This record gives sequence, structure tokens and C-alpha cells, in this order.
Amino acid sequence: MNIFSHGGSCGHSCCLRIQGLSVKIGSDTILDHIDLHVHCGELIALIGPNGAGKSTLLKAILGQQEFDGVISFAVPGQRSRSPKIGYVPQSPGFDPGDPVTVADLFACCMSKRPAFLGISKAMRNQILTCLERVQGEDLIDKRVGTLSGGELQRVLLALALEPIPNILILDEPLSGVDVDGIETLMDMLDDIRKNYDLSILMTTHDFASLPRYADQVALIDRSLVSVGTPVEVLGSDAFRKVFNRKGGIL
Amino acid sequence: MGLWYAICDLLPSEMLQWDFMKNALLAVILMAPLFGLCSTMIVTGQMSFFSDALGHSAFTGIAIGCICGVAGPTWVAVVFSLVFALLFSYVRSKSNQAADTLIGVFSSTAVALGIFIATLDGGSFAKYNKYLIGDILSVTPAHIGMLSLVLSGVVIFWVVNANRLTLTAIHPQLASSRGIKTGLTQTVFTAAIAVIVTLAISWVGLLILNSLLVLPGASARNVSKNLKQYSLFAVLFALMAGIAGLTVSYFLGTSAGAAISLILALIFAVTFCLRKVCC
Repeated sequence: MNIFSHGGSCGHSCCLRIQGLSVKIGSDTILDHIDLHVHCGELIALIGPNGAGKSTLLKAILGQQEFDGVISFAVPGQRSRSPKIGYVPQSPGFDPGDPVTVADLFACCMSKRPAFLGISKAMRNQILTCLERVQGEDLIDKRVGTLSGGELQRVLLALALEPIPNILILDEPLSGVDVDGIETLMDMLDDIRKNYDLSILMTTHDFASLPRYADQVALIDRSLVSVGTPVEVLGSDAFRKVFNRKGGIL
Repeated sequence: MGLWYAICDLLPSEMLQWDFMKNALLAVILMAPLFGLCSTMIVTGQMSFFSDALGHSAFTGIAIGCICGVAGPTWVAVVFSLVFALLFSYVRSKSNQAADTLIGVFSSTAVALGIFIATLDGGSFAKYNKYLIGDILSVTPAHIGMLSLVLSGVVIFWVVNANRLTLTAIHPQLASSRGIKTGLTQTVFTAAIAVIVTLAISWVGLLILNSLLVLPGASARNVSKNLKQYSLFAVLFALMAGIAGLTVSYFLGTSAGAAISLILALIFAVTFCLRKVCC
């Protein structure tokens, strides 16, 4: 497996390119020859039925899954062998009983000083600045396990943005979030990609918001079935075929 | 030790007129914070039964040490426990079985092996009783010196790795995405617990040891709002129960380990009732 700079040969300021990516676990082929290209400032939605390999693709990009093929990344003026990746995991399983506040979670990620010794004023201010990006300052002293779906996604998003990554990966960020929460979260992601010029990759089963927010949609069902604008992919025969066959949403 | 004895002599306590009680009290004061700190991570990482299994493996290690005629079977037990912990971590990472199933496999194997070795050639099991119940009153100044060294090592390890350990315990996938080597972190932590459990087994006892590694954290969890309170209460509860349990055992003539565990259970009951008020 390779993750390296590909030199920006595509003509865009920076981009993530996935070429011929395959994942096999034993004799089972989870992903077969995926080719995908994401430019900075773009939001690409990975869609597909359950078990299609969407999360596996994200894990491969995160370096948590062995794969064959090439994942390359380019930033102008930089030859970054390991792009900074911000990650918001799927269905974050925080235990409601854990006495871990949002501030504790940030301190564990950002500070060398043990969080159990307490959080310094400087660190608290830094955490508040991070939470400000997602309008979540009021959540700082709440227990992580007691946050609502939308609040938790915002907190994890703020965490993934510290430090500002080159690629932001979100695994099913809209699951467990109510309709208003989805709009708030998608608006935030829209602002973030414009303000920080980063690539956003997200898996989702919520297709309604895609035409408004996504630049590209990639339909995956173990291989790349279709890729294009939301209107192209969501209106394609391939989309209908995949989801009808699997008893999916449409 | 001279200074400690002098301090004890100043205290108006009947039980502290005996050197063995002074040693035991110092051992409790050193061990309790260690168990308290470890318990927060064991409870958060859902490793309660794993620490129990480690106790069983320590017992097996002692049985192996005794049968081999080694003068200090505790060190054989430390090595055996480390091998046990590392083997468990390896099998867990390669198996798709639930963690509690694998703990059951390892724990029952360890205890069966321990009893098998201890009773080989018709050997008597009686000499191993002290490892089951423990005897804090048998602690010597040399043991206390060793405890201080282990405590210092654990505190340094804790301060350096606390945030990594916490993040790995509360959300391994998130920890991994932040560049933490979660497998290595968990393995080093289990190895540290293996050493602590094995060293403490002869004073605390196999049957009671696990309660000391679970109850302080479980009680603190009931009444803590954040990580700072969690660690502080766990250490405080362990220390309170340690001192109170030793005192109760002196006046009632019971096992100190059992008295400490019962007081910890009482603290758990009280904090359980207070959980809605505090959090």
C-alpha cells in the first residue's frame, strides 16, 4: 500500500487521488479497483448499500486498513507524504457513564499535560476557540456520552478540525441527527470547505441534502459503480439498480 | 522507614504500637493510590474481568515458581503474568471472539494450570492459601522499598501516557485516527497491570485483588463530572478504604484485604445512591 504526494499533476491546487484501490480480507474482496479523485474545497459523498465497502475505503485512507493500489495527495509548495487527516468516526460509541467532558476529550487530544490533573486556562481558551468553529462553546463542560446526536457530531467535527486537516473524513455524520441538525451540520461543512480549502469525504445514507451540498457523489458497491454530480448519480439507472436490488432507500 | 516509625509513634493509635502494623499502613498508603489510578482506566476500558484473569495467571506463575524451587516465586509470577498478558493481547487482536469469551478462556486455563501444578505429585494446596486470601501484615520494609519503586514507575508511566491511555479506553477508533498506536498502548497498559497485580497478590490475595482494581473506579464514576474528579475520587476512595479496612481488621481480627474490599463496596453503595445528586 502507498500513500504519497502525487505532485498536483491534475492542475488543481491540491487533491487526493485514489488509484486502483482494492481491499481483500481472506478470499473476500471488499473493494475492487476503486479510482477516485477529490480536489481541495470539494465535498464528495460516498453512498452505497450497507456492506458496500464505504467505511473500508475510509479506513484505507486513514491508514487503518491494508490495501493494494495507490492513495496519493498533493498540496502546492509541499511534498506531504502523510497528509493531515481529520476524522469523525461512525456512530461514536461514547459511554454515557464515562465522566469525560468535552473539554477532557479535547485536552486528551491536544495537550501533553494529563487531562486528569485538570485543564489549564490557556488550554480551555484554545478548546473554546475550536468549539467556536461549530458554534459549540456551550458544550465544553457537558459529558461526551450525554450529548445529542447533532451535538456530538459538531464536537467531533471541531476536534477533527484541530489541527486544520488537509482531508476531512466523516463516516455517516448524519445518522442519528434530526432534520434541523442535518441542515446545521451540512451548512457548517459547507463553510469549512470554503474557508479552509480542504477536501471533505463523507459517507451518508441521507440523499436529500446531497444536491445542495455535495460537489460529487460516488456510488460504491464493492467497486465504483458511478461517479458524478449528485443529479447525475442520484438520477442514474445504476443508482436505481443498486438500491432496488438491495432493498435500499429508493 | 525510621521517619515513618517516628511519625506513627506520634499518633495516638493502639494498633500503631506494632511494627507490622506500621509497615502494613505504609504499604496501604502506597498501594491504594496505585490501585485507585489503575482502576479508573480498567473500568473505563471495560477490563474488569481481565484484571481478574491476570490475578489467576499470577497465582499460576507462583505455583510454577514454587515447583521449580525458585527462592522468589513472585518474580516467576511476574514473568508468567507478562507472558499471559501479551499472549492475551495477541489472541484478542487476531480473534473475532468477544473479549469476555477470550478472558474466560485464558482465566480458566490459568487457574486450572495453577492448581494442576500446585497439586502435582500429590502436593498440598495449603501453602498457596496465603496467595488466595493475602496477608498485608506480612509486608516487610524491603517489600515497601520495592512497592515505592513500582509506584514511582507507574506514576511516571501514567503521567506520560495518561491522555493516550484515556483516549484509547474511551474510543479506540478515534484514538487511532489521532495517530495513537492503540494496540501498543493497550499492550503496555496490560503489562503494567500484570506487574502490579502479581506484586500485590501475596499481600492482598487473589480473591480480593480484583475488587481493589474495580471498586474505586466504579465508585468514583458514580459521583464524578469530569476526568479530574474521577481520578481524585478513585484515589481518595481507595486510600480511605485502605486505612479504614486495616483498622477494622486489626480490631476485629479479620483479613485486611477482605475488610478493605467490604468498605469499598460500602463506598460504592453510598456513591450509587448519590449519583443523581452529584452528576
